Amino acid sequence: MTPLSTAAATIALTVNGEPRSLPAGITIAGLLAAHELDPRLVVVERNGVIERDRAAFEAQLLDSGDTIEIVHFVGGG
Amino acid sequence: MSATELMPQLDTPLVIGGRTFASRLMVGTGKYASNAQMIAAIEASGAEVVTVAVRRVDLDRSKDEGVLHHLSPDRFFLLANTAGCYNVTDALRYARLGRAAGFNEWVKLEVIGDQQTLYPDTAGLIEATKILADEGFKVMAYTNDDLIAALRLEDAGAVCVMPLASPIGSGLGLLNPMAIRTIKHRLSVPVIVDAGVGTASDATLVMEQGVDGILMNTALAAAKDPIRMATAMRLGVDAGRLAYLAGRMERREVAVPSSPTTGMLT
Repeated sequence: MTPLSTAAATIALTVNGEPRSLPAGITIAGLLAAHELDPRLVVVERNGVIERDRAAFEAQLLDSGDTIEIVHFVGGG
Repeated sequence: MSATELMPQLDTPLVIGGRTFASRLMVGTGKYASNAQMIAAIEASGAEVVTVAVRRVDLDRSKDEGVLHHLSPDRFFLLANTAGCYNVTDALRYARLGRAAGFNEWVKLEVIGDQQTLYPDTAGLIEATKILADEGFKVMAYTNDDLIAALRLEDAGAVCVMPLASPIGSGLGLLNPMAIRTIKHRLSVPVIVDAGVGTASDATLVMEQGVDGILMNTALAAAKDPIRMATAMRLGVDAGRLAYLAGRMERREVAVPSSPTTGMLT
């Protein structure tokens, strides 16, 4: 075992209320792609702040401890 | 095709917050048996404004169930609501998330005060309206049929005030016509009655009070045939609107013959 190895490094964060373990280096775009979500059809909130710039999703790395909310429009009155 | 669309000279367009809307009937998108039924009912209603809710994406579901997969934002005016919010902080958060979806700066603001009745927390509603109006939102505020709350919402910057006919999803129809008329008489901003309509005659009665429009959801979604009911509501809204504009005859508690009383055979 090589604890310092980064080969399988993961980060622990909360996505939509659930604890998740994700590969280190994952971006917002990567997280959305992993769930087959179209960035144009969702809104991402990170640690209580809305990530408004969808063009930046490709470059925005997620961090350990982040709280991410991914929301969309559903039927409602 | 509705009467007012066929004969636009019969009515003036609905204008809220500087924007002209094609229909006085606005509809929700919740609680339909299927997306296909929802779309067919919305089309039958003739509505331009359709409300949507902001919720978490269900990440463990295979494919996205977002309403935008079915409703084109080019065809309909998407009005995000803050349904389910019981305090100002949550309502502001949902409103901002809804705006960040990128379609428009409008919000149907709900700050609910009680789970049993879904009556609004009017103090919270007024506070949230002020904050959102300052942030450039066009706030359409769901409220009760209280004149003072409606006046305060107008002062707080709401572009439209939306009193209920009866509780959300109740289908009880218009419980207090005088209260709705009073609100309409006293406010300068448009009044759209939101919630409580059950069937087409309810919609007609609401529009006969002189209000500017109606927003409904359950009356369509929970009808046995939502598409026929949506058509009926479209006609009912037009009927009530035109009857209001026409000005009804005076009520008389005596009969007055419609046929001449002269020229009778002797």
